[in-house]
Amino acid sequence: MSSPSALVSAGTRTLSFAQAINEALAEELRRDPTVFVLGEDVAEAGTPFKVLSGLVEEFGPERIIDSPISEAGITGLGVGAAMTGMRPVVDIMFGDFLTLVMDQLANQAAKTHYMSGGKLKVPLTLRTTMGATRRSAAQHSQSLHAWVAHVPGLKVVLPSTPADAKGLLKAAIRDDNPVVFIEDKMDYAVKGEVSDGELDIPLGVADVKRVGDDVTIVATSSMVRAALEAAEQLAADGISAEVVDPRSLVPLDVGALVRSAQKTGRAIVVDEGHRAYGASAELAAVIAEGAFWSLEVPVRRLAALDVPIPFSPPLEDVTVPTPELVAQAARELCGK
Amino acid sequence: MSTTAERSAVGAELALEMYRRMTLIRLFEEQANELYRTAKMPGLTHLYIGEEAVAVGVCSALRRDDWITSTHRGHGHCLAKGAEPGRMFAELLGKEAGYCRGKGGSMHIADHENGNLGANAIVGGSAGIATGAAFTAKRRGRGQVAVCFFGEGALGQGLVYEVMNMAALWALPVVYVCENNLYNEYTHYLEATAGELLARPRAFGIEAREVDGQDVRAVYAEASDLVERARAGGGPAFIVANTYRYHGHHVGDVDRAYYRAKEEEELWRSERDPLALLGTWLEAQQLAAAADLRRLEDDARGEIERALAFALDASFPDPSQVTEDVFA
Repeated sequence: MSSPSALVSAGTRTLSFAQAINEALAEELRRDPTVFVLGEDVAEAGTPFKVLSGLVEEFGPERIIDSPISEAGITGLGVGAAMTGMRPVVDIMFGDFLTLVMDQLANQAAKTHYMSGGKLKVPLTLRTTMGATRRSAAQHSQSLHAWVAHVPGLKVVLPSTPADAKGLLKAAIRDDNPVVFIEDKMDYAVKGEVSDGELDIPLGVADVKRVGDDVTIVATSSMVRAALEAAEQLAADGISAEVVDPRSLVPLDVGALVRSAQKTGRAIVVDEGHRAYGASAELAAVIAEGAFWSLEVPVRRLAALDVPIPFSPPLEDVTVPTPELVAQAARELCGK
Repeated sequence: MSTTAERSAVGAELALEMYRRMTLIRLFEEQANELYRTAKMPGLTHLYIGEEAVAVGVCSALRRDDWITSTHRGHGHCLAKGAEPGRMFAELLGKEAGYCRGKGGSMHIADHENGNLGANAIVGGSAGIATGAAFTAKRRGRGQVAVCFFGEGALGQGLVYEVMNMAALWALPVVYVCENNLYNEYTHYLEATAGELLARPRAFGIEAREVDGQDVRAVYAEASDLVERARAGGGPAFIVANTYRYHGHHVGDVDRAYYRAKEEEELWRSERDPLALLGTWLEAQQLAAAADLRRLEDDARGEIERALAFALDASFPDPSQVTEDVFA
């Protein structure tokens, strides 16, 4: 799988997605004394996913803070701390719990800068998770990034590789705006090459994960892996697929999506949120608006079924897009 | 510390300054009501008239670098923390010279230079922000304190309890000031509040006191005691200030007989007015004569008239500004 972003001049190491997140936090905690982590079981437990293991040992319980199970409260506290000069990283264990923090995110964090006429800033990073197929049922499996991406004033980041996770998390922490940083739980063990040096990945710049000519597959988060696997299958059929990862929904690199679709003439959007009114709809719409006269066929969408995520494995496995479904859609678009 | 001893420590200078500030708020709000009645102000506003002693008593106990968060009924807090009435009127009118360049309006005025982190239209919505500011204060170690103003209606929202729990756990320097004006919008608070108000903060081990919110000296005494306690590392505190909203929930709420009696309103106005109570005390203590108070009122009236003229003359923002300030 060729990836332009993987071409790095300095030395590289193989890190898991979880290690990359951990390193990004550790580096920012070392660099900036105003950074702190607040969340449920973030200290000694290192979160249930063990993403934060070792941080409390280095930075102490004053900066890696175990909180009560009060998602709205810790988000609100983070907003206030951010407004007054800190750079909090609030950990919301499951993305499903975004439902509990929506007032603090949507009415407070997102609007404070605008409502104050630009005087107040909220440099808050809210890390949370998404993703199904972990057999966690309907309240621990949702991908709710579209909810937050709909609110002006929030940046929304969906990293798909360890290198992107590290670089984008560092950029999120340094950003002067509230950033919702969403990690797919199924990605934590995925490994990838990460540059030893300082990663400079700005928010709002898409990455072409695989170059191709016949069809553009725009994929987000863990769906990038599904798209890359599909691209391999398609290559065997003589179809050259280009995989584009927007990396952040807000800001969205519209130009990169449109340019790729104009080049290939065919576009599929793959996203793990629900289909109706979801991120896949917005991504498809910007491609349709921007590349309409270059498209050979209408834009296709693949997304989670519009059902609550079920528990039973045979049911759950058909709720989200798979490499096979992506490849099948691409073949149809290419008339093969 | 003896509350009475503290109260007696309110000298002439402070008492007169508090009288001036309460007067300024009263006159500002009367003009805000006029702006609504004469259709010069877009939208609605929530008047603080009757509750002036709470904001002034509490904010007189604060330093300029202390933080406050405010509510939809926030003009009093804003003025008491040091804001200029001209830029406030301008914000009420949606003018570019307003504190938020016209983007916030009456319910969202923020004045960060004076430590006002903003008024909030979600009744318990700022409790997290104030507690987070207290977190920053504790981390910085410069003795700053955060005050969270909210109405008793906010006690119906869970966020308040989540953050009080953390403030108590981590001994954060925050004072929660509950302005009990008796009505959750159009519903008497007793119809919406089980148990005792003060039992709620006390369940978290938070020092909680009740004060006569019409007596600015009493408010000041309790607030300074609890603010200094928080400043010294004594942790959070909670004040219930019993007060009364003379006007409706908002300026358009003029027919109120279905939820409260005219006699009740008249009783508070005639017997429990914070300006009259302080004025009477000042004269009885011979700290000020009636003529002195009239002069203060005249000066405040002049200030409000000039502020209003400034705001009425100010320009609206250019429509092109609509997309500015979404992101920093």
